[in-house]
Amino acid sequence: MELDSLYQEVILDHYRSPHHKGLSANKDIQVHHNNPSCGDEVTLNLSMKGGVVTDLTWDGVGCSISMASTSVMSDLLVGKGYKDAMNILDNFVELMQSKGQSVGDESILEDAVAFAGVSKFPARIKCALLGWMAFKDASSQVMQ
Amino acid sequence: MSIDLSSCKKDFPIFERKVRGGNSLIYLDSGATSQKPNSVIEAESNFYRTVNAAVHRGAHLLAEEASEAYESAREKVAAFIGARSNEVIFSKSATESLNIIAYSFGNPDSRINIKAGDQIVVTEMEHHANLIPWQQLAKRTGAELRWLSVTADGRIDLTNLDQVITKKTKIVAITHQSNVLGSILPVETIVKASRAVGALVVLDACQSAPHFALDVKKLDIDFLAFSGHKTLGPTGIGVLWGKFDLLEKLEPSLFGGSMVDSVTMESATWAATPRKFEAGVPNMAQAVGLSAAIDYLNHIGMHNIAQHEQDLTSYLLKGIVGISGVKVIGPVDMKDRGGVVSFTVEGVHPHDVGQVLDQYGIAVRTGHHCAWPLMRKLNLVGTTRASLYLYNSKSDVDSLLESIEKVKSYFKVSK
Ligand SMILES: Cc1ncc(COP(=O)(O)O)c(C=O)c1O
Repeated sequence: MELDSLYQEVILDHYRSPHHKGLSANKDIQVHHNNPSCGDEVTLNLSMKGGVVTDLTWDGVGCSISMASTSVMSDLLVGKGYKDAMNILDNFVELMQSKGQSVGDESILEDAVAFAGVSKFPARIKCALLGWMAFKDASSQVMQ
Repeated sequence: MSIDLSSCKKDFPIFERKVRGGNSLIYLDSGATSQKPNSVIEAESNFYRTVNAAVHRGAHLLAEEASEAYESAREKVAAFIGARSNEVIFSKSATESLNIIAYSFGNPDSRINIKAGDQIVVTEMEHHANLIPWQQLAKRTGAELRWLSVTADGRIDLTNLDQVITKKTKIVAITHQSNVLGSILPVETIVKASRAVGALVVLDACQSAPHFALDVKKLDIDFLAFSGHKTLGPTGIGVLWGKFDLLEKLEPSLFGGSMVDSVTMESATWAATPRKFEAGVPNMAQAVGLSAAIDYLNHIGMHNIAQHEQDLTSYLLKGIVGISGVKVIGPVDMKDRGGVVSFTVEGVHPHDVGQVLDQYGIAVRTGHHCAWPLMRKLNLVGTTRASLYLYNSKSDVDSLLESIEKVKSYFKVSK
């Protein structure tokens, strides 16, 4: 079923038990992003040291795609340097814009390739990008 | 006795197409916009094919015929809501209609206007289109925005009506039927309270005018707005109705061609009501399309449409309350409610519910439905909403109910 390409098991797992969820007490910066067309919201706490992501926690409400994507992203980006993180992010954005033509580079995106199917559902791309855009905003502010 | 409208569906060409999964379209999103019958699509395109010209401008035959078609559309709309045709203003949408009045009331040159210290009353269940224009008017003028609350069962709380609507209240702007909860507001009671303090009543009829017969005189209201596109008509055409003597006292809020009486380099005076509110070349083909939509609705009969939707809604409610983990957001009884049914599925976000339903060809709306404050009040991130119209059938409802079960099993919601 077409639906299975959207809701990969990895996505449903992360939705049911999200990682890095629950805001940490310490942070360099906190950002809040929302998706006004569907009401999804993410608050993200980020700490970086010497250009490396040392801690990333989040909280939010939203659909399985937005919540799972934020969860997978957190796993992926903790411990990465800023440049590396931006490269992963650009890769993910590209995958989302691929209209179902790409399966994603697993060596870069790891579990996040599970979101490849989202690119066939234009209305859901914004969901998948919500947490990532929050991270982009937060990290570029820290790096300034 | 139930009404058989099953022959209508063939008048709507969109139902011939297939949607996701090769399924037939089960359209349960008429609250967002309705589908269009062939007669409307043809009326709109025939305008372009046969009489297209700028109304009220040229000296030629086409301009005469276009003006005639446009003005007949105005008469058609007037008769549809029990008004006089010189009280009907064409806009691009209900949103624009509501903004027009809000701006006109904010103009100090209007002979009735909103000033600092005045109060504007809305309800907590308004669509953003009948909330933000009033928020902004209050902000511009220093007036105070107040509201009637919503009760846990999705009705308007009238217990503090006389504290909310006071001697300072100048405008009471309410929806006729909630686009989220389906509840029909007690207009009569609210009008009575408004009249008692001399406040004017604005009715957002977006979710009522398409679905049951209404009469502005019987409702005893002052202004009314609805959208053509939710009424089987084209997009780009909305209606604003106001009592003639009130419209006369208001300044326009959009300025330009066609709305003037005389113009110099320094100033201008306005054309007669309603033309002074219609600046620029209007959406003529769309007005003509709306006229055809009203013909279609009248041909079926608004009472039959209302009865059909009541039957279907009652059938839907009966089925949905029996599904465990599913909660109806809004009244579950048929008293004063229309064919808009919002619900949540425990453990599944509305967006995901909608996605699974889409796989079975079922089109619903998900999210906050442009009623964010209502969602906050009800402590919801959003709902899934099924909204019914004349082309829906019991089998559409059956498909919805079966597919909700599939949503639950897909997301492994036990219960
Ligand atoms: C109750 C209500 N009011 C106002 C509107 C705004 O209508 P439109 O977007 O056609 O201007 C809508 C449409 O969603 C509505 O449901």
